[in-house]
Amino acid sequence: MKKVYINGLGNISCQKTFDSVFLEEVVVETDENVLTAKEPVYKDYILPGASRRMAKGVKNGIVASAIAMKEANVSTLDAIITGTGLGCIEDSEKFLKSIIDNKEEFLTPTSFIQSTHNTVGGQIALGLQCKAYNFTYVNGGISFESALLDAKMQLETEESETILVGGIDESADFTTNFFKIAKVIKSDNEKNSSILDQKTKGHIAGEGATFFILENKKTANTYAEIASISFVNRLDPNQIESQIESFLAENLLAVKDIDAVILGINGDVDFDKYYEAISNNLFKNTAQIYYKHLSGDYHTASSFGVWVGSKILKLQEIPEIIRLNSVVKSNYKNVLIYNQYLGKDHSFLLLKQC
Amino acid sequence: MEALKLELKEKIITLLNLEDVNVDEIQDTDALFGDGLGLDSIDALELIVMLDKDYGIKLLDPKEGKAIFQSINSMASYITEHRTK
Repeated sequence: MKKVYINGLGNISCQKTFDSVFLEEVVVETDENVLTAKEPVYKDYILPGASRRMAKGVKNGIVASAIAMKEANVSTLDAIITGTGLGCIEDSEKFLKSIIDNKEEFLTPTSFIQSTHNTVGGQIALGLQCKAYNFTYVNGGISFESALLDAKMQLETEESETILVGGIDESADFTTNFFKIAKVIKSDNEKNSSILDQKTKGHIAGEGATFFILENKKTANTYAEIASISFVNRLDPNQIESQIESFLAENLLAVKDIDAVILGINGDVDFDKYYEAISNNLFKNTAQIYYKHLSGDYHTASSFGVWVGSKILKLQEIPEIIRLNSVVKSNYKNVLIYNQYLGKDHSFLLLKQC
Repeated sequence: MEALKLELKEKIITLLNLEDVNVDEIQDTDALFGDGLGLDSIDALELIVMLDKDYGIKLLDPKEGKAIFQSINSMASYITEHRTK
């Protein structure tokens, strides 16, 4: 089987990640529990006539994919595979509100057309005139990982050579308010001082679009090899350590072989306990990294984690702002990314230096 | 009639999210579709719903739309003649 390489990245996030090298311009927001994406100049990438119907998630997806393709120096794709938890929720809300406001009359097509989960993949394909395999995974907290696994299998078996894979989610007012009521997102009076000190329910929310060009050949721009992906729907906190050890053993590795572990800590008192044991025990001698204080949490936030892992392996550096402990390695060869969403959808991803 | 034309221009810009277009850039005689303002078939559906919702005009024959939506002048004339609200 062929190996799978990350050869291009594009990241629109709650930080200025689209035209910087590696988190050198980050701002840790302490007054907001809902972070919003830093918008690029959309007109540089999308014609005004086309962008006027697009919500921010679609525009962010198109720009992130364009950046990834440009960086990897590819113009044609064998597949476009996206993952999203809530899809184009902004237009879904607009359409539903219109149904209520107009008493189920006078419904216009635009927001309905744009509200489907596969709008981003569809619009990218339309822009590129790409008629290849186009699939969108909507699998909760492992939507992005599902897309990644699909791409990995296609590349390993040489069904495809170049695949665009991305994770996209956008926030929208009604849904955000519902999440606050349900304590999925922290309520307004609970300040985001540091997600490491949180004693309250709910996470700091975010949004973003992170795209990757995956190929089964190494190039001068290769960031990392995607060695393995695994996900499990339900696990107890006391099962995480053995799950990780099994995952590493399947890849002929032990805990000591992992140079950096990227954890999805998000400040939710109910679910950060999943990370506690592995942070305090299993990986206490490993460089530990967290990132959701920068990206916020959302169904596909782990794509930001994969972006971080890719950068670490290529640049061989870990910015101070994402360090969870002080362990430093002279060489980062193996990076493990572990994430879960609301105590479910646990994903394990192994990246290797090339 | 002039007030209605201005109203229509504002509605079209807002409804169709024409971010880069100002009211004074749309001439009363400009073609709304094709080479003029560049509207398309999805915009036509939005305009049909707008006629119904805001002016009480139901377009039963879609072929009528081509003449009605030719320009701001033609829209204003048709609305003035057929509006029920």
